[in-house]
Amino acid sequence: MKEEIIFAGFGGQGIMFMGKAIAYAAMNEGKYVTWIPSYGAEVRGGTAYSMVVISDKAIASPLIKDPTICVAMNSPSLRKYEAKIKTNGLLVVNKSIIDIKPERKDLEILNIPVTELASEAGDHRIGNMVALGALLSKRKVVNPESLINGLKDIVSSTYHNLLPINEKAIRKGFEYGSR
Amino acid sequence: MKKVLMCGNEAIAEAAIIAGCRFYAGYPITPQNEIPAYMSKRMPEAAGGIFIQSESELAAINMVFGSSLTGTRAMTSSSSPGISLKQEGISYLAACELPAVIVNIMRGGPGLGNIGPSQSDYFQAVKGGGHGDYHQIVIAPASVQEIADLTMLSFDLADKYRMPVMILGDGILGQMMEPVEFKAVTKPQIKKDWILDGCKGRKPRIIKSLILNEAALEKFNLKLQKRYKEIKNKEQRCEVLYGDDSEIMLVAYGTSSRICRSVVENMRKKGRSIGMIRPITLWPFPEDAFKKLGKNVKSFLVVEMSCGQMIEDVKLAIDCTRPVYFYGRTGGEIPSEDGIIKAIENY
Repeated sequence: MKEEIIFAGFGGQGIMFMGKAIAYAAMNEGKYVTWIPSYGAEVRGGTAYSMVVISDKAIASPLIKDPTICVAMNSPSLRKYEAKIKTNGLLVVNKSIIDIKPERKDLEILNIPVTELASEAGDHRIGNMVALGALLSKRKVVNPESLINGLKDIVSSTYHNLLPINEKAIRKGFEYGSR
Repeated sequence: MKKVLMCGNEAIAEAAIIAGCRFYAGYPITPQNEIPAYMSKRMPEAAGGIFIQSESELAAINMVFGSSLTGTRAMTSSSSPGISLKQEGISYLAACELPAVIVNIMRGGPGLGNIGPSQSDYFQAVKGGGHGDYHQIVIAPASVQEIADLTMLSFDLADKYRMPVMILGDGILGQMMEPVEFKAVTKPQIKKDWILDGCKGRKPRIIKSLILNEAALEKFNLKLQKRYKEIKNKEQRCEVLYGDDSEIMLVAYGTSSRICRSVVENMRKKGRSIGMIRPITLWPFPEDAFKKLGKNVKSFLVVEMSCGQMIEDVKLAIDCTRPVYFYGRTGGEIPSEDGIIKAIENY
């Protein structure tokens, strides 16, 4: 098992955190994992990505050329990464703000209204957790429970009051993707 | 100890504290800012730990100098342009036989360059960026786990040989998160009988680098050279992949070696006769491993995130007995697996 995942979107959408959350869950399941952020001058509003490799064998290169999974949280990300995804790969599209359609026919594409589902979960800002849940409904990279259980360790205790709605958002995304 | 998910920069800082580092001074620069940020929080928690955000890189290295001569394990960190500023201080550390750990998380150069990952400070690190006939031990980790282990080793080596040790990483290694386990240090710190800790009841000690008498300075230099020779004999470290049955050997360190490892694994699956030498110490360069290679190795391809610097040491290590080719990207760009494979096919 080896998945190479790129999360991409605007700075501020929680792109780094998505990668960190799934990487942390994978580590707790005993898997090998690497996480690389875009650490350039991209600030809120700019394009940001994080690259996560999860494998049951030691990981050679942590740099991803052709991802097996891409989560596109905005239109520029979809344009940038759609062509690079491996055949039969998974593309998760944030339908709430992406108005262009993916062109590839050889991918599994999941369109998901992350903002609407996040609002239903209790906070429109946690679309990243909805998208993660959706991803896990299509690819069993980690057990969703590992993801949920890990959040308390990587979220500052200042925000622990928000853990229940994060869990709700992950489950909503998972349910939507499982339909 | 449980595994934690941590970026390379933070792992350096945590490992340093576990290794007994109790003085850190540094001035911020990307892509190594997580080191001072982590130190500012953790160092005051460690017994006797001091963190200083200095007014400049120059101040930081000289504070490390001052701290080291009291016997304290001391560290500073920066990225390429800031490391250039520290060179004078490193030469003085070498001259005064003072242990210190200096971290360089390299970025694109020359000049201010950019914040992309790079390996273009190799020459500066291994050939001595400061003045004089000196060396520093240069350590090149390739994973966050190795960063933790080798940071601890760096403090031991610095104390053992009484000299500066540089940890040479790049922006990717500093920023990348991987699971890491901090193994408890068991080695006791060496008793330092040369430190300046107050001379009440004993003869004063003197630590200085000014030796005006030519014969005396030559004698001192020869003493240093003897130590460097001992280090060359004892401290070469590297990893060799498929050395016994490869025609082509890649040579790479740090992030470049991670990409090359993928290339080796993938090409081996296709039946290609390829391996890799990954230097872990860049000074001393692991010459012995090159000399031990059999006749099966026909050529080398050195892969660096620079325009070709380590390639010179590879040629020296094999006395130019076989062809040594080069593939590199520079300016913050990263070599791709495809680019490396193309380079292999074209030579």
